[in-house]
Amino acid sequence: MNGQPQAVVVQDLVKRFGDFTAVDNISFEASRGEIFGFLGPNGAGKSTTIRILCGLLHPTSGKALVAGVDVAREPERVRQNIGYMSQKFSLYNDLKVIENLRFFAGMYGVNQADAAERIAWAIDMAGLTGREHLLTGTLAAGWKQRLALGCAVLHRPPIVFLDEPTSGVDPISRRLFWELIHRMADEGVTVFVTTHYMDEAEYCNRLVLIDRGRIVASGSPLELKLKSMEGELLLVECDQVGKALEALQEAPGVTDAAIFGHALHLVVPDAERAIPEVRNYLGERGITVSRIEQIRPTLEDVFVSLTSLKGRREKEQA
Amino acid sequence: MLGRLRQMLIKEFLHVIRDKRARFFLFAPPVIQTLVFGYAATLEIKHVPIAIVDYDNSQVSRDLVSRFQASRYFEVRRLSDRREIPELIDRNEATMALQINSGFARDLGKGETAHLQVVVDASNSNSALVGLGYVNQVAQGFAREYRLKTLARQAPALAGGLPEIVVERRPWYNPDMSSQWFFVPGVIGNLVLVIVVTLTAFAVVREREIGTLEQIMVTPIRRVEFILGKTIPFFLIGLLDTALISAAGTLWFHVPLNGSFLVLGAGTVFFILCMLGVGLFISTVSATQQQAMVTSFFFIMPAVIFSGFGSPISSMPEILQHLTYLNPLRYYEVVLRSVYLKGGGFGLLWPQMAAMAAIALVMLTVSVLRFQKSLE
Ligand SMILES: Nc1ncnc2c1ncn2[C@@H]1O[C@H](COP(=O)(O)OP(=O)(O)O)[C@@H](O)[C@H]1O
Ligand SMILES: [Mg+2]
Repeated sequence: MNGQPQAVVVQDLVKRFGDFTAVDNISFEASRGEIFGFLGPNGAGKSTTIRILCGLLHPTSGKALVAGVDVAREPERVRQNIGYMSQKFSLYNDLKVIENLRFFAGMYGVNQADAAERIAWAIDMAGLTGREHLLTGTLAAGWKQRLALGCAVLHRPPIVFLDEPTSGVDPISRRLFWELIHRMADEGVTVFVTTHYMDEAEYCNRLVLIDRGRIVASGSPLELKLKSMEGELLLVECDQVGKALEALQEAPGVTDAAIFGHALHLVVPDAERAIPEVRNYLGERGITVSRIEQIRPTLEDVFVSLTSLKGRREKEQA
Repeated sequence: MLGRLRQMLIKEFLHVIRDKRARFFLFAPPVIQTLVFGYAATLEIKHVPIAIVDYDNSQVSRDLVSRFQASRYFEVRRLSDRREIPELIDRNEATMALQINSGFARDLGKGETAHLQVVVDASNSNSALVGLGYVNQVAQGFAREYRLKTLARQAPALAGGLPEIVVERRPWYNPDMSSQWFFVPGVIGNLVLVIVVTLTAFAVVREREIGTLEQIMVTPIRRVEFILGKTIPFFLIGLLDTALISAAGTLWFHVPLNGSFLVLGAGTVFFILCMLGVGLFISTVSATQQQAMVTSFFFIMPAVIFSGFGSPISSMPEILQHLTYLNPLRYYEVVLRSVYLKGGGFGLLWPQMAAMAAIALVMLTVSVLRFQKSLE
């Protein structure tokens, strides 16, 4: 810790709306300069947590410190130190690119001399050079998203909260956006980012998985993969996927089975032994296996095995 | 602080200029209302379409009919059969019908009471009443002259010395009793109300709806800066609208501004403050622009109806009369008409000013407190 406080400290945090508990007693810490991923399915409580950390919501109980400051007690002091991009990454569509930037520079109290430089930086970062005078509403989603990021960090905040920043943008823009996040982290900025895209979780230094308001796992992506999967993973491609899934869930020697895209993922104690067994097992039931092999687990597998998503997917299949 | 406020103001004005709905609310109501109340709306009832059936067809009855024809209050249509009357009234081609029975001249000649029958379409009870009044006026005038003529023939000595009462009309403050003079100052109040309330409510609700409100709330902006940023523009727009309609009233409709600008300005400032309070309040109870629209409407309608703008408060049911004391527009209408037509000053209008100031204070306090909570 080097005597410096952690960027974000959350202790026993609870948020209730009426008698519904959206955040259920969670605790975690995010260090300075790291990309901290907050993962979970829709409704898990990610936005609620992030809004508490930005001082937009009062916690029901528990503590949240941002840059060493208690958010519930001194939200104003926290605001100087953070940038926030809400889930809708909202900008004023009826203002020009440059007008949005000037407005947010003004709101953050960036001084005149600095503002010109920061605005130029943000335009360059968002790839909007030459488009400063376009109405923001006419920009494609990827550009809007990068502009929103620019607006949120004009005042060089040491901590940035991004709530599902990549939802609704194309894959290329998503990759570009994650490059920007990495660049910021390299400059020492703490990036706290929520997502429900599991593939994006791989970009994070540290992850917390949350489901129905509770933390179900945390650690680096690698740690999570090793820790959370007991057994080995098989990929199975076959016809009649639905029927195969049903059969395999009852098969002896198969710990777990789930649909992944057009294929099945199986968790088994020993992959080498299981491959011929599974092929025979399915063959006996008239299902042709076109491909079967051991694969390395992705975070999505980890996630599915840990959260309610698993139950939901099976229901959807049925 | 000033830098932030300045940026808020720039942004709000850009929204108003670029937002179709805001632009509509800025320009359409003043133009439409000024035209409607400047030209179309009138309290006088002229050219009442009246059907006349004359079964007497004598010199005297024709005389009576020609009096109706000469009056600017009536548009006469002669019928030969009274069975045509119902259809004419149903088709709105006549709102009244007058029937002169045969024997009319004879009865008068014998010194007996002669009867006229009037049918009136009272589905608009107000104009029916006024129309009946006109008919009475014409008939009475005719009768008086008939009596005088008869008297002059039979007893010339008496006729000159007959006592008579004539009511002389002296309409103060509006000698021609012009409807424009009545409506144009009054319309300023309606417009400021509609424009300031809707623009203020929309300005906040829209940010909540598109999510920028949350984005602003994480900046170090202070609540007071945000609220000022959301009210100052509409305060200025309210003043500008008042100035524009006043100018149109004076230059175009020739409504005299007998009082001082200062008194008008002071009343306007107090009134706009009330409306900013209402607008902010509406924004705290509306999640979407749609809701804000409906809520504004529910405020605007009764506020205008129970303000004395059109129908006088003194003819409303008593309980409603008491309620109008809570309506800021009631006071502003008094200020407007008094300053315009009577040249009213602070000495006369301070109770209205004080009432508006008090309402503004209460409304703004409540709204700002609610508003702060709604940002949580
Ligand atoms: N203001 C609120 N009032 C009531 N319930 C809320 C409110 N905000 C969020 N919730 C509920 O809390 C749960 C978590 O929501 P959220 O934090 O937005 O989830 P996520 O961002 O992970 O999708 C959801 O079930 C949501 O319906
Ligand atoms: Mg969310």
